[in-house]
Amino acid sequence: MKRFLPWIILAVAAGCLATNWLPPKTAENDFDFSRFGKIPVLVGGRLKPLDTVARNSLLIIHGKQELELEGGKRLTAMQWLTDTLLNASVADQYPVFVVQNADVLGLFGWQQSDRKYFSFAEFAPFLKQIDEQAGQSDKLEAVQRSAYQSAILNLRNGLSLYQRLKNSIQPEGVENFTAELQGYASSVPGAATAARQRAMGENFDKSKLDDVAQMIQRYEHLSDMAYILAVPPLGPNGEWHSVGNSLLQSVGIGEIHPVVVEYAVIGDAYRANDQPLFNQHVQIVADWFAKEQPKTSKRASFEFLFNRLQPFSQSMTLYVLAFLLACASWLGASSVLRRSAFYILLLALAIHTFGLFSRMYLQERPPVTNLYSSAIFIGWGAVIVALILERIFKDGIGAACAGAIGFVTLIIAHHLAGSGDTLEMLQAVLDTNIWLATHVVAITTGYSAMFLAGMLAIIYVVRGVFTRSLKKQTADSLGRMTYGVICFATLFSFVGTVLGGIWADQSWGRFWGWDPKENGAVLIVLWCAIILHARWGGFIRQRGLMIMALFGNIVTSFSWFGVNMLGVGLHSYGFMQKAFPWLVGYMISQLALMTIAAMPLERWRSFRTASAPAHDESPQISPAPSPG
Amino acid sequence: MGFRNMLRKIVDIFTSLKLTIVCLAAGMALIFAGTLAQVHLGIHEAQQRYFQSMFVWWPPEGRGFQFPIFPGGHLIGAVLLVNLIAAHLKRFRWNWRKLGIHLTHAGLIIMLAGGLFTDLFAVESHMQLANGDARNYSEDMRQTELAVIDTSGDDLDQVTAIPDTVLRPNRVIDHWSLPFRIAVRNFYQNSRLKMLSQAAEGAQPIANQGPGAMIAVEPVTRATASDERDVPSAAIEILPKDGGSLGTWLVSDALGAPQTFSCGGRTWRILLRPARYYKPYSVTLQKFTHDKYVGTEIPKDFSSKVTLIDPERSVNRDVLIYMNHPLRYRGETFYQAGFQKDDSATILQVVHNPSFIAPYVACVIVAAGLLVQFGFHLVGFSRQRRKAIA
Repeated sequence: MKRFLPWIILAVAAGCLATNWLPPKTAENDFDFSRFGKIPVLVGGRLKPLDTVARNSLLIIHGKQELELEGGKRLTAMQWLTDTLLNASVADQYPVFVVQNADVLGLFGWQQSDRKYFSFAEFAPFLKQIDEQAGQSDKLEAVQRSAYQSAILNLRNGLSLYQRLKNSIQPEGVENFTAELQGYASSVPGAATAARQRAMGENFDKSKLDDVAQMIQRYEHLSDMAYILAVPPLGPNGEWHSVGNSLLQSVGIGEIHPVVVEYAVIGDAYRANDQPLFNQHVQIVADWFAKEQPKTSKRASFEFLFNRLQPFSQSMTLYVLAFLLACASWLGASSVLRRSAFYILLLALAIHTFGLFSRMYLQERPPVTNLYSSAIFIGWGAVIVALILERIFKDGIGAACAGAIGFVTLIIAHHLAGSGDTLEMLQAVLDTNIWLATHVVAITTGYSAMFLAGMLAIIYVVRGVFTRSLKKQTADSLGRMTYGVICFATLFSFVGTVLGGIWADQSWGRFWGWDPKENGAVLIVLWCAIILHARWGGFIRQRGLMIMALFGNIVTSFSWFGVNMLGVGLHSYGFMQKAFPWLVGYMISQLALMTIAAMPLERWRSFRTASAPAHDESPQISPAPSPG
Repeated sequence: MGFRNMLRKIVDIFTSLKLTIVCLAAGMALIFAGTLAQVHLGIHEAQQRYFQSMFVWWPPEGRGFQFPIFPGGHLIGAVLLVNLIAAHLKRFRWNWRKLGIHLTHAGLIIMLAGGLFTDLFAVESHMQLANGDARNYSEDMRQTELAVIDTSGDDLDQVTAIPDTVLRPNRVIDHWSLPFRIAVRNFYQNSRLKMLSQAAEGAQPIANQGPGAMIAVEPVTRATASDERDVPSAAIEILPKDGGSLGTWLVSDALGAPQTFSCGGRTWRILLRPARYYKPYSVTLQKFTHDKYVGTEIPKDFSSKVTLIDPERSVNRDVLIYMNHPLRYRGETFYQAGFQKDDSATILQVVHNPSFIAPYVACVIVAAGLLVQFGFHLVGFSRQRRKAIA
């Protein structure tokens, strides 16, 4: 039984997750939001399914990927987006906008209460005022804004995004768009002839131009407002356009793009609550993409699947479970728990890897392109190294580290995702897969190793000081692991830093520019060098190594996050005010652990017993060559 | 004996591992402080004070007494370099097991020395070109010069360039090629010019000749952002060598057109402009391209198509300079650095760095060294474990 228990635990965990992987069923007489959500569009320079647009927009506006209405009814992001795009008067009533700042509420004469979500309809009378106030704070740098100024700016940006969404597929408030387009289409050829004649300086029929002039004005407005570019090119090298823009262009071409026509039918069917018609025409658009743009269509479907599976939140759950199992294994010294933790970690890593590689496939990029993906990658790298340690040492330590770091980095990633699309397009200077694949990967692998070394040190200190479970053998293997991981970190941090210098030499003309992010990287390298030399010179032993590894956590977190908060230099990808207290808190916690670790050995519960007081002075067995 | 003992002590200190650690730790502290200082000082100024100096001084500015409060980047780097070399000279024994350590440190020596060399000898400048523009010079990003141009010649203008380090109040500049002396009356490192009618009440012009007589100059604190430039201004009085004064002119980076006057039977143009570095070849911008991702403002690509003409070497060819693909020519490298706001002109960064190859070589050597070193550890470690298990 004991032999099979870990497998049973793994099977139960996998079974719980498996329900997520089954395709959702749409009832026969329901709107097929899944199929609609897979249709590709161009937003932010990237082709993505409508479902991604829905999730990211709702995340920006509402702070969540799901909307709860009064009365407890829940809307998925896709349901909300469909209402916003096609039936705005209903969507205007949804309480989506988050306002918690009392000063902002006071601006509208509202008192602060338990309510923090408001609908567009409620803000409608105040739009001009909001725009004015936000315009004032827009002039300031993010660092200089007060809480009120940030809040009003956020609200304005949310409202503006919402209004652009409403005008992305059809003019807001249109009743029968299909009929409107038919009228437009019938007058377009005449107008096109007239426009050509006018351009050539020939006689032309002015009334034919006037027929469409009003419509053109309407579609120009639509084109200016559009957030989504929903109309694909007809040829292989054409560009995507918004519905408004495409309608304007049809004057020149003489006919309306088939996808625009289909969207109009879809919208009208949706407002008429005609599910079969809606589903039928969504299917037509999907078929059109599958035939005309098979690659885009496939990728969008895959991204839809990726969105639905949420691989990172699944592995997050598993990491927590594994961490708890591994910790429990030290208390009972049970190999069953340790093995269960190991198997669950393998499952978590597999899902994590699936997520990571899915992102690479979708973006056609190396794994790390922004801060969000760096968190995903740091966790992934650390988990792999920790699992290798677990495989070698078989004492639950590697497993606990893997669980803890996997969980924490994914939580960090989760909170970094709030600003919208995490697969955003890259600035020109970053547009080079060679350097992203070498420099960035090496640097982040270095971060992973530093955090892993720090985590090993945390386990050493916590178990040593607060429990009796840190036996000499365990302590020694922890020492060896930490030392090895720091060597690994040194190699990757150094190579990554220098590769970064070479990239900078290639693109900016200087190898080293004292940019904050460069400085952060070199701080890690220097700290690794200090640790290794101090150890080779015999200035520190096991406990000193642990204290220094804890400080490595501080150095690495400064390099990863801290320098971005300074808001200077070429690497600062946005100021993160919210993360600042967390970063400081983390640093203080590490300092506290260092202080605890520096307490005399008599205070360490594990070393207090008869056999161990001389522990720290015992000669080292691990390979410690003399310095050169 | 006492002398030899002292010598030995000094050698011991300079070859000690403790000194290495002290230097590394001091380096960390310096880099941390210097990075934080960039928030207020800007990257360039912080770099000068913390990294490209022997000491960090306190108080940082002012004419009063200054104390060195911390070793600067050059000092730490130099001591580390001496320490590295000395330690290796003293302890060097050929041994395969130490191959990794030797390689790593040899690479580091190359890297540190290369860094020092770059700091001392590299020159960075800019070349701004609108479509169709041709230039045979680049401009310094920070230094300015007072150009005094004799335009009387038929084909050639005779230019006398006076560096801004000489432009200090109450200095009188006397150059053999000029029939007059130049007395500097005011000098502002960074300034803002305003028409007198728009300036604060009571504002006085600092010049009495040319447009400067109608302009008020306000001193401004120095620019810190990396994309901002100081606007230096000066008031200069022209004193003919045969006596008298022609009056005082305002020269400023913010004044577009040069000003002219006559002296000694010749016509002179004066202007304050970014210091220039002339080249034996010219660069002509054919086309600057700035692509954005469809439907966004995110830049996708910048590129400048230029024609490189070098009569000396019989070169006349088109080159495309774009992100991560600079042009390297005659010891100088041209990078796509930026562009004017409405895409009207491209800005190329021109770098002359004789030791740019050092980090490339050093990187390979150090990486190889670390791999060998840690590889030995790993092999040793797995052997031990195998033994332990057996």
